[in-house]
Amino acid sequence: MTADKARIARQFIETIPHARALSMQITDIADGAATITMPYDARLVGDPKTGVIHGGAVSALMDTCSGAAVMSHPSAPAGTATIDLRIDYMRAATPGQPITARAECYHITRSVAFVRASAWDDDADRPVAAATGAFTVEGG
Amino acid sequence: MPRPRPEPVQVVKQRRDAALHALAGGVPYIQFLNIRFDRRGDELTALLPFDEMLIGNPMLPAIHGGVTAAFLEVTALISLSWAWLWEDIESGALSPDALEAGDLPRLPKTIDFTVDYLRSGLPRDAYARAKVTRSGRRYASVHAEAWQDNRSRPFAQGTAHFLMPVPES
Repeated sequence: MTADKARIARQFIETIPHARALSMQITDIADGAATITMPYDARLVGDPKTGVIHGGAVSALMDTCSGAAVMSHPSAPAGTATIDLRIDYMRAATPGQPITARAECYHITRSVAFVRASAWDDDADRPVAAATGAFTVEGG
Repeated sequence: MPRPRPEPVQVVKQRRDAALHALAGGVPYIQFLNIRFDRRGDELTALLPFDEMLIGNPMLPAIHGGVTAAFLEVTALISLSWAWLWEDIESGALSPDALEAGDLPRLPKTIDFTVDYLRSGLPRDAYARAKVTRSGRRYASVHAEAWQDNRSRPFAQGTAHFLMPVPES
């Protein structure tokens, strides 16, 4: 049943036009946690002098990954929407490297799912960004 | 003593528009999302024209929360940079030619960003404005609001903190 939920969540994420525009790939999704990778893309650069990816693209990755984590939670009946999201930018992502985000839904009620997430490049020991968010629990 | 003759309007406009173009036009990600800035004097309004690529929930459909966050963040950063550079643009300390050549001073860096999603973003154009709540020597706090059809019904708001660049000596 949980595997089924993960499959539905994966299918849903893969049909999101903006996730496709950023070439996001789900590498892992199950039981309220998800991992998504976004390849380096020159169109997403925020600082043309250095080639560093714009924080906004990292936000989009974090938001998608957090939503995917909520959808794959065994207690989440159906869809979800972001209520709020806070992102800390700890360092610039290294140009040329993909960015991977992992989100975990650490608590869920009938109405609200609480998520934390982090993102890194090839150096997984030094996160580029961290996020916490609250999401709606819909269709309950 | 007679006051100096005001500059011709086209000179003023050309200088300001060149500076704004240099600030926002040279950033690939701003071009990717097709965000534009409308200028009235020193006031900026960001415009995000609707595109299918911005959809985050195909069922509703609604604009992706990440796009909304990025739109607010871009608006906050460009508005802060614009306010920060304004005096140098006006005084000519930043030459329009250098700006047009893409020779920008270092810009503020985002420390953190919080977004409130107030209602779902509809599949249509969105607008945003930012207010620099506090701009200090090292840190700045900026609030941004985005709306669609109705200015008094924002669909998202955000607060960002920025690290200001160290002045080049």
